[in-house]
Formats: sequence, structure tokens, C-alpha cells
Amino acid sequence: MSAESQTVSKEDGFVVFDHVQKSYDGETLVVKDLNLAIGKGEFLTMLGPSGSGKTTCLMMLAGFETATHGDILLGGHPINNIPPHKRGIGMVFQNYALFPHMTVGENLSFPLEVRKMAKAEREEKIRRALDMVEMLDFINRRPAQLSGGQQQRIALARSLVFEPDLVLMDEPLGALDKQLREHMQFEIKHLHDRLGVTVVYVTHDQSEALTMSDRIAVFDDGVIQQLATPDDLYERPENAFVAQFIGENNRMTGTVKAIEGDVATVELDGGTVVTAKAVNCGDVGGRTTLSIRPERVKVGADQGTNRTDAEVLELIYLGDHIRCRMRVHGNEDFIVKVPNAADNKRLVVGEKTSVGWETEDCRALDAT
Amino acid sequence: MKITSVFAGAAVAALVAGAASAGTITVVSWGGAYTKSQVEAYHKPWMAKTGNKIISEDYNGGLSEVKSQVEAGNVTWDIVDVEMSDAVRGCDEGLLEPIDPSILPPAPDGTPATKDFIPGAITDCGVANIVWSTIYAYDTTKFKGDNAPKTIADFFDTKKFPGKRGMRKTPKANLEMALAADGVPADQIYKVLGTPEGVDRAFKVLDRIKNDVVWWEAGAQPPQLLADGEVAMTTAYNGRIFNAVAAEKKPFKIVWDAQIFDFDVWVIPKGAPNKDLAMDFLAFSTATKQLAAQASWISYGPARKSANKLIGTYHSDPSIDMKAQMPTAPENFKTAIQNDFEFWADHQDELNDRFNAWLAK
Amino acid sequence: MSDATGPIVTADGVPLKRKLAQAMFRSRARAFGLALPLLAFIIVAFIIPILTLLYRGVHDPRFAQFMPRTTAIIQKWDTKSPVTEEMAAALVADMVVARKERTIGQVATRVNRELPGTRSLFTSTARKAKKMKPPYLEALIKKDRKWGDNATWQAIKITAKTYTPAYLLQAVDLKYNADGSITRQPERYRIYLKLLIRTMRISLIVTLATLVLGYPVAYLLSTLPVRTSNMLLILVLLPFWTSLLVRTTSWIAILQSEGVLNNLFVLFGITTDQQRFSMIYNETGVLIAMTHILLPFMILPLYSVMKTIPPSYVRAAKSMGARPATAFWRVYFPQSVPGIGAGALLVFILAIGYYITPALVGGEDGQMISNMIDFHMRKSLNWNLAAALGAVLLVVVLFFFWLYDRLVGIDNMKLG
Repeated sequence: MSAESQTVSKEDGFVVFDHVQKSYDGETLVVKDLNLAIGKGEFLTMLGPSGSGKTTCLMMLAGFETATHGDILLGGHPINNIPPHKRGIGMVFQNYALFPHMTVGENLSFPLEVRKMAKAEREEKIRRALDMVEMLDFINRRPAQLSGGQQQRIALARSLVFEPDLVLMDEPLGALDKQLREHMQFEIKHLHDRLGVTVVYVTHDQSEALTMSDRIAVFDDGVIQQLATPDDLYERPENAFVAQFIGENNRMTGTVKAIEGDVATVELDGGTVVTAKAVNCGDVGGRTTLSIRPERVKVGADQGTNRTDAEVLELIYLGDHIRCRMRVHGNEDFIVKVPNAADNKRLVVGEKTSVGWETEDCRALDAT
Repeated sequence: MKITSVFAGAAVAALVAGAASAGTITVVSWGGAYTKSQVEAYHKPWMAKTGNKIISEDYNGGLSEVKSQVEAGNVTWDIVDVEMSDAVRGCDEGLLEPIDPSILPPAPDGTPATKDFIPGAITDCGVANIVWSTIYAYDTTKFKGDNAPKTIADFFDTKKFPGKRGMRKTPKANLEMALAADGVPADQIYKVLGTPEGVDRAFKVLDRIKNDVVWWEAGAQPPQLLADGEVAMTTAYNGRIFNAVAAEKKPFKIVWDAQIFDFDVWVIPKGAPNKDLAMDFLAFSTATKQLAAQASWISYGPARKSANKLIGTYHSDPSIDMKAQMPTAPENFKTAIQNDFEFWADHQDELNDRFNAWLAK
Repeated sequence: MSDATGPIVTADGVPLKRKLAQAMFRSRARAFGLALPLLAFIIVAFIIPILTLLYRGVHDPRFAQFMPRTTAIIQKWDTKSPVTEEMAAALVADMVVARKERTIGQVATRVNRELPGTRSLFTSTARKAKKMKPPYLEALIKKDRKWGDNATWQAIKITAKTYTPAYLLQAVDLKYNADGSITRQPERYRIYLKLLIRTMRISLIVTLATLVLGYPVAYLLSTLPVRTSNMLLILVLLPFWTSLLVRTTSWIAILQSEGVLNNLFVLFGITTDQQRFSMIYNETGVLIAMTHILLPFMILPLYSVMKTIPPSYVRAAKSMGARPATAFWRVYFPQSVPGIGAGALLVFILAIGYYITPALVGGEDGQMISNMIDFHMRKSLNWNLAAALGAVLLVVVLFFFWLYDRLVGIDNMKLG
């Protein structure tokens, strides 16, 4: 995929946010100086906690909110002054927004009718769209007669039936149960791959974002904290918020003592000195947050460079791995995932052992 | 009657209540200046003399309340001031108590009551207290000097005398006035009105001003309509206009041509809770002295000849001679029409239907 | 498990159906018990009086009750052949009794309704009845020539019916004749159908006006934050807290020819002092005042329905390329129909029975059928006709209810 080649420049972005700001009350900015370029055919997810500004961005793109400042471009043209119905953007809503007084077929027919499409052509397209989501048998049902997952598929089909170049999805899977949600994630992803349509997807569920996206924009406080591919985001978070928000994370705070190349020597608040990869930690003497993923910590006598003592506080058996809560450097919430491999020795609660990690797995980030 | 049994309990309760509060009667009249004159001339002296109390209620005429109360067996009114035609009709239908004329006091000179009252003033179930009349009045600021209306025909002539007209929302008096305006002499009015052609003729005259009429229902409305400028002239009860002129100094003038005069009558609903007290009040209030006293408050003529001689001046303004304000004053009375209650008892259903259909057209 | 063909039984062997019926009965009895006080109240204070009154529309026993001999004999008369001595004798005998019992007035009133002018004929003849000697027919005719006229006796024959369709027929401008035929009322007496149609027309216009005025307001209310919309709802409800009489009379002050509005019109030169608009004491006044008074009854159901329509529907429609107008008509409007139905039905049925407002500001061409019912209740004392008119009105209301059920469905109604 083209999007995986990292950044998209402002010039060849299909959707571009250029210094966009949004305020509702004239006092606080909900979106602060947003700059984002989305490539054609890309699946981009806006991820963030509620109130982070992600939905506002989506609504500005759809045309239901106006930007207070800055330009939004679609296919190279500013669309600030184009009303929503002329933007040609498909949209899937959180509650599906299927018209309850119309049948499934009529719902799909609606966007084609307003485009004054001939009946035969309409029927053909409706058929194809329903077939695509495997819902052809339900063409004459009303939305109220369908299950949540079925309604979701219809909403998806309806947003795609008029073949828009861009589809916006506003937490479309939020109302489904876990199993169905995971199933639908794959289905949406497959549809995207097949149709090559550009998708901007809003969610607060990080696993959903990781599963589906080409790139993820992590929002917090009206600002994109990091824009990267899922693996980059997970492996190489650039600040403490992203590290904390994406996946599980062990945090330790301390002061930078020395920086050599990309290795920082940090004195933890408990007095221990460790080394970490300097990412975003500022200069010597500054405060920093160290971040390390639980699966990158190794338990055992002589492994890893940053070895330290640890005490097992709690064990949770999870089948493929064991989740182990430990006391490390005085932090009682230090989580380690121990693979349930054949050669792994069994840990017991209260056991004193040691843990260690590679310097490059421990990232020195900004202090929060 | 079925309703009677349903309300029997309520009736018993009312009787008990009536007995407990003996000494109080409910007197029902038309309100406004008219009731005021009765309060001054009848109620206050009677209360002072007997020590009883009077609750005064207002209504807009008609027998409906009396009928409802009598049929429901729950009579709360003791004595009611009604028009003559209603007194006769209510009597025929058994809604009213018969009244023995011997309870009425004689005139001061000893003339028995039956001789002292104007002929027709005493009927089986009612005793008249006043003679009132339906006249029309106009606003003197709108019509002046030679341009002022003088005859009944002027009332129906909106070309010569432009402006809205107020009329009571009933065929009564309006049809008579219409015929009088069309040249029918006073003594022929009811004869003509008794024929279908006569009715058509009267309605044709009404047609002339139909679009300019504002209809009123309560006696207090016409002076108000005149004062508000809603109408340029209006039919009214003469006492109301007199009161507006004398008490409120309004610039109104009465045209007496083709006035239609009638009695107002005290009646007692059948089963009135305080019948005996009501009878006493009736006899007291229709005595010569009280009737004469009332005439100093409002320009309605006493129903007793002896009282007519005692009429003086307006209670608050001695410069107004009340005799000249009465419907029965000779200069006012030349073309007067006496309301024929027998005719109206016979024809009011038919003429009401016709009138309503005409209104809705 | 158990045999599929046999009845299913519960653990203690009782057939399941019976057990269920028992359980259902208990819950039904409880529901009935809870509703019983209100039910009893409604029956005593509402149903029985209404039925009693409606009964009067077809039941008038006055003549038959007070003139039994005449009633018995007149049934045999064919209305065409000459009046017989037998009939006259029965009439005189009845009159003697009726005069003594003071019931002749009620009889006379009743016959007078069928044939105007017969009231005095009855009362004056009754006064003489005691002294009359046979042959009675001659004696009657000697008293008044009208007794020789078949029309008088035909009127008697009509009134002698205890159960009569005459009032119901009159309520729709038809006339019931002595020979049982039904004809239209003469042109100059026709009024009730006209009023009924006018009543429906006024109600319809008021319903449409409240819809047109109320819909945007309800829409606005439903889109505002709850705090703001609650404040505005109080403004909508404010008229409810003012007496109907006060509201109506304030319209008089505003709309009369010397009123506030006309003064403003003259001031701004929209009209001249001589040609002030008549906006009150006519149908216009009724329409204005009723629309104002009934507006909340439209807004509230609309608001309660619109509140439940999420904004995402219209957004979805727009995102699919529908222009705002299309999105409104095809997506929003159909979903607000239950509110329109409830509001329209409520306003229409309230309007059709409106009485005080037309009475106060209606003048002549603004009178409605309920004003006629009032007239016959309070003025003409023709309670039978009032009851018949009430019955006709009730039928009309039920008809519209039925129509609504057919078109929209009563279960679609949302009142809040």
C-alpha cells in the first residue's frame, strides 16, 4: 500500500487539513492547528479519548461543522464553503442512521435517487452493494427487523452504494458486542482493500485502530500526538501519551543524567540508574518518562542489559501467556507478560527474581 | 323524571342547607345599573326592615337556569327578575310558583293592588316591577344638529348615517323595529309579523344593515360598544343609556321613536328554597314607595300608577327630572310599541330558528 | 420431554393453559381494581350524563305522557282524512286534566315546535276546555278555526311519538313529517348543516395554522440544548396558565377596530382611520384566537416526537447527496408524522367542540355548532334539539377518529 510508505505530502494528499482550528465558544479551541494529509486509497484512523477533537475533525470534513480557521481540501480543492450534500462523501454513523420508514432497498436507493439515477441502474447497484455485504436476502426488510450487525452492514453498503471516493466512519462498531465487532473489523478492512476507497475512521478503541488502519492519527487535547503506521505507533511511540494510550505500557519516571548518541542514561526516582533509547527526553538534567512494553521485559537471572531485582506480586493465567504483576524499582504495577513456552520456569507469588530489557526497547519520552 | 332521582340527594342537601341559613334569599337580576337601582330601592330597605340577608346574583335573562334548577330538583334561586314573555311561558310549563295577588300591599291612598298596577302587570306567576323599553341611542359626537338621527328608519339607513349598528342577538324587538322603520304603524306590527310575508318583510329591512351590525347579548354591552366607538348607534335598554349619560356623562342620546316597551317581572322558581321570604320580598319591593324610589336611580317606569306620581329627580343630580326620562313620558311614548308576549310565546321558536339561519347565512 | 400431542402440564399436574389463565386473571383483576375508582367516577360523572342527554335527542315523552287519550287515538289517524269527533273528544278530555295539572304549557311548547303559533291555541283552548260540550269538534272549531285544519292535527301526531327521529333530523336540516316522510327544511330554516360544515372548516384551518406555525417552533425546540428548550417550552405553555377568558378578551383588546393592531396599522399608514380592518367579531377573529389558544396542543406532541429523531438521520441523508429540502421531506418529515397526527387530531377534536372563543369573538360568521347547542340549552330551552346536535357532533368526532385510525393508525400516536 502506498500509505505504508509513511508520510503523504500536502501537495499530493487526497484529503488535507491545513492549519485547521475549531472553537465552539470562542474561548477554547477544540481542534488546535491541525495539519494532516491523507493519501488516496488510504485507511486512516483518528484515534483518541472522547473530547480529543477527533469527531469534530470528522464532522468538519463531512461538512456538518465549519472550521473556525484554516482550509480543508478534498482532491486539491478547498471544501470549506461546499455544503455537505455536494461533497460526495459517504458516511457511516455510530447509530447507523438507517431510515426507519424505508426498507433496506429503499435506504440504499436513496443516495442514487437524489442523483437522479435510472431505475435499472439503481437496482443493479443496490444489488451489488447488498451482495458485497452478503445482505441481499434482506432487501425488503425494515431496519427495525434487523440485528445490530445486520444494520451495520446495511449502513456500510449504503455509504458505498453511490461509489464515493471518500468514506467517513464515526465509531461504526461501537454498539456491537466484542465478537461481532472483531468480525466486522476484518470485513470493513477487506472491503477497503477490494474497493480502494479512501476511509477516514474515528474510534476510541486502540485495538480496532491497530487492526484496520494504514495509518493512525492519535488525538489528544485537540492536537495530533502522533501520526504513524500501527507498528510504528506501537513500537516507537513518540511521547508518553501515545505510549500510554496504545497498548499496555510500564512507566517509570526519572531524570536524564547523560545522553550519548541515542542512548540516554536516566536516574529513576528510586535512585537506580538505567539506560534507555533517547526519543523525546530533552536535555541532560530534564525530567523524563521511560516506557517499556510488558512483552519486552524478560524474567530470569542473567538476561538483558538493564537487569534489576523484582518481586512477583500477582499472577494471572491467560493461556498463551501469564500476566505477572511485579515490584520493580518500587513500582508495584510493573506488568510483565511471560510467554507460556515449554522452557519457561514457573513463577510463584512472592518469589524474588530479576527482570531485564534491551536498551532500545525502553524509550525515554517526555515527562508528563 | 330520571334526572330528578339522580339529583334527589343533592336536593335534600340543598333543603337542609336552606333551612340552616334561613333568613337569606338569593335575588337574581340583570346586573349593572339596573341591579344597583334594585339594591338601593328594594334590597337595602328590606334587609333593614326584616333583618334578613340578600345574595344578589346577575344573569343574562331567559329561563334556562330556572329550568335546569327546577328539573334537577336543585333550586338555589329564590326570586328572579324576568321578561314578561318568560314569566308567562315559565308559568305555563310549571317552572314557577303561582303568586296570590292579595299579598301585594295597596297604594298609599287605599287603592287595591290589582287596580293600582298597570293593566297586564300582574300575571298568574309574576308581578311586574318596572316598565322598560328597547330604544336606540347614538353617539352625539358622531351625529350632530340636523344630521342627527330622529326616526327608527334612520337606524336602518347606513347611507345617510354611516357607521356600525349594535343590536341584541335575538329576533325580539329587532323585527318589530324593522317593520316600524318600513312604515308599519305601531298597532299593526304584530298583525303583520304574524304572517309569513310580514316576517320576510322584516328580514328584508334587517338585510339592509346586516353587514354593519355588531350583536350584543348582555344589557351592559351596548353603552360599552358606543363608548368604545365600536358602533355609531345601538339598540339598548333605555335605563342603561340613561345611566351612561347621567352617571358617566357619556355623550349619548336616546331616540324614542318606535320604542318597544315591556314589563320586567318578579317570579319565584318552583321549589325555591326560601319561598315564603321570597314572597315577602316580592310584596315589599313592588310597594309604591320602593317602586318610586327605584325610579330615582334608573329611568325605568314603575309598574304602579301610584308610584308614577311620586317620581322625583335623579338621586345624585337634582337637575335631572326622572319623569321625562321614563319610557311612559308622553313625549317619548307617541310611537311606542307594547311587546306582545303572547305573540312571542307562540312564535319565538320559529323566529329564533329563522333568525339564527339568517345570521349564519 | 412430554408427549407433543397431549396438553402441557405444570409440575403439579394442572394443565398449563389453566394455570396461565389463573395467573392472568389475578393480574387483570389487580389492574381492574386499580382503575376502578376512576372508572366509577367516569361512569357516574361522564358516561351516564352523556347517555342521558343523548337519549333526549330521540326521546320526548311530554305529549304522550300528558295527553294519553289523544296519543292513543291519533296513531290510527292517517293524516289525510278529516278530523273525527273521537279525536276531538280525546283532546278536550286531555286538556281538562292538563290544565288542572299545569302541564298544558309543556304540551303546548312541544307542539309549537312542530307548528309555530299552536302554543296559544293550546293554552287558550285549554282554559275553555272544561266548559266545552259535545260535539267537541264543533266546539273546538268554534273556539279557533285552526282546530279544523289537518295541519294542527298532523303536528299533534308527530309530537305524540315518545321516540322520535324529529330532533336528529332537524339537527341535519331535515324535517320529519306526520306521514313519516322526510323532507329538507325550507331554505330559510336551514342552518345546522351549514354550521357543521363551517365548524369543520374552521377546525381544519385552525389545525393547519397550528401545524404551520407550530412545526418550525417544535423543530427549533427539539434541536436546542435541553436547558434552553425547557425555558422556551415554558413560554409555549404560558398561555395554558392564563385563563381562557383572559386570553380571549385580550385578543378583543388587540384586534377590535379601535384596538392596538388597528391603531398601529393607521399609524403606519397601512389603512386609514375610516377603513380599519375588522379582525374580530367575525371568522377571522375566531381563527386567530383559536389558533393561538390551541397552538400548544400542536407543539407539545410534535416536540415530543421530534426530540426522538436523532440529527444523524438528516446528516446521513445529506452525506448521501440529498439537498436540505430533500433530506427534510424524505427523511425528517416522515418520521415526524406521528407527532403531526397526534397534534392534528388533538387540535381538530378540541377545535370542533370550541365554544367560548367563537361566542366571545365570533360575531356572526364565526359561530360554530357548539354555540348553537349552547343556544338551545340556554336560550330556546330546546334541550332535545341540543342533545340531537350533540349526538351529530359526537358522530363527526368519532368519524374523524376512525379516519385517523385508518390513515395513520391510533397506535402510531405519540402524545408525549
